[in-house]
Amino acid sequence: MQITNLETVPGKTIRQHLGLVQGSSVRAKHVGRDIMASLKNFFGGELKGYTELLSESREEAMERMIAQAKAIGANAILNVRFSTSSVTQGAAEIYVYGTAVTLE
Amino acid sequence: MPFQFSFQLWYVVILLVATYFIGTFLEKRHYKSILRREKRLNSLPAVSLKTPPPGHYESALVRANVTISIDYFKRFLAALHAFFGGRVTSYETLLDRARREALLRMKQEAEYQKAMLILNVRYETCSIYKGRGNSIGSVEVLAYGTALIPSRTRPTLNGQAKKASAASVNHGQIH
Repeated sequence: MQITNLETVPGKTIRQHLGLVQGSSVRAKHVGRDIMASLKNFFGGELKGYTELLSESREEAMERMIAQAKAIGANAILNVRFSTSSVTQGAAEIYVYGTAVTLE
Repeated sequence: MPFQFSFQLWYVVILLVATYFIGTFLEKRHYKSILRREKRLNSLPAVSLKTPPPGHYESALVRANVTISIDYFKRFLAALHAFFGGRVTSYETLLDRARREALLRMKQEAEYQKAMLILNVRYETCSIYKGRGNSIGSVEVLAYGTALIPSRTRPTLNGQAKKASAASVNHGQIH
């Protein structure tokens, strides 16, 4: 599965457009991480727990998108975009979407 | 009670002073490390263009994120700024650090995959403490783009890949 955020794949031609595919994941951080983060908040610096959490969350959203693309018989996803929104306190929604195509 | 009040005041003052020194030290150290790595990764350009240069490439999506929070003292300053208006420098440096760090991490990942160029770089910022009033002070930045990796192998007619010379990559042949 070829995934890119360009509108074309260099050296390949698009045979068929299959429409938009998407994946999302809503995750909250657990209390332990929250406590560590609030301690770290005093002195500033990187909150590694959150970095990892959001990274895993993106990974999951992408897996869902890829599964959807495979289900409709695509072999590439073009023009992929990430988007984040905070739905409630302490939880973030990660959304990833792109155009599923079949390449030559 | 006057004793209790002064104790609480001292607690806040000590916290402010301590976080000022530690926070400033951490920020300076972070900026030093950012500058050092930026110099090293200068040879791998990350651009917001979308058109790949001619040649044989494989592309891969690269992304990197970072969550950074500011210290208690700066948050205190920012609250004052919010009262009087004007530039909130403490948040400006926070966002600057977060964006540059995210870009550097993305470049490191691309470097690991032996890429030579990153196209269509985009940033996505979100404040994860949204809706928590007092404790706002951390942002998450995601940087992503498409890394172009010069392809060493070229597919042939019978489906087998043969080694292409490095020169053919540089000459930019289009098939």
